[in-house]
Amino acid sequence: MKHDVTITIALKEGMLDPEARAIQHALANLGFPTEALSTARLFRITLDAADATAAREVAGQMCERLLANPVIHRYTIEVE
Amino acid sequence: MRFAVVQFGGSNCDRDTYHVLADVCGVDTDLVWYKNGLSRSYDAVVLPGGFSYGDYLRAGAIAARTPVMTEIVRHANEGGLVLGICNGAQIGSEAGLIPGTFTLNAYPKFISQHVYLRVESTASPFTALYREGEVIRVPIAHKEGRYVATDDVVARLNREGRVAFRFCDEHGNLTAESNPNGSAENIAGVLSEGRNVLAMMPHPERASEPVLGSDDGVKIFNSMIAYIEEYGRRRAI
Repeated sequence: MKHDVTITIALKEGMLDPEARAIQHALANLGFPTEALSTARLFRITLDAADATAAREVAGQMCERLLANPVIHRYTIEVE
Repeated sequence: MRFAVVQFGGSNCDRDTYHVLADVCGVDTDLVWYKNGLSRSYDAVVLPGGFSYGDYLRAGAIAARTPVMTEIVRHANEGGLVLGICNGAQIGSEAGLIPGTFTLNAYPKFISQHVYLRVESTASPFTALYREGEVIRVPIAHKEGRYVATDDVVARLNREGRVAFRFCDEHGNLTAESNPNGSAENIAGVLSEGRNVLAMMPHPERASEPVLGSDDGVKIFNSMIAYIEEYGRRRAI
């Protein structure tokens, strides 16, 4: 059964996010001051799995094996 | 004695590294295309700089998960020497050869310049020919070279003398200004637990001949050669 999985990879709490800092600065220059800004990366994946639990399990393995770096990243998985 | 320089799609310091090993240091060296794997055993494997897989996902992440890296991890686990330079260091950290990771510079742009490094430990197959505290001048060229690790890991590296190099000023002082990418505690090169893997962001192969403005980096390669001559292959220090 096909499942649409959305994986969001973000930096762990407290990790320096230089890209976010530069974007926040650029937004401020355009007249959009912000109190906080962080970046994340989103993967949309369609895969075959027996059920949503199995799809989530596979997506978790994808994160652990490749998509996320456990030193700096945390991730969330949503299954439709 | 034979060295391997592993070429991935997007490696671009492979031939410079080969040149230094083969022509400057005079050691037998093979350029090994990653798809061909390690067809024989080597005394040392060098992962050169470049942009393997276009730095897609994270620098080094995809190359680290190729079959040749499984062979190189095995080589390292058996005590074989592995030197990862720049993208090679990123590949090594992604493959788990050293703890921590190299990520986006604190100021998120590509930096290409000569920097000063302080030799922090000479107790390794890569640094034995230096003097402890010696200041050397070597170039860097990277956008994802900021060393990040948990406080526990950094403390352990310090305790075990596994920081090989730190960014410093020309007098050897560790300052924020001389830390070009914002690395934790100015760390520029990290040794594995067995001390037989060195992952470093600076490029010693670009500072291995006087004509290039510095030959401070050649001692890394010569240290490896001297170590292998003395101890043979696959004996962790």
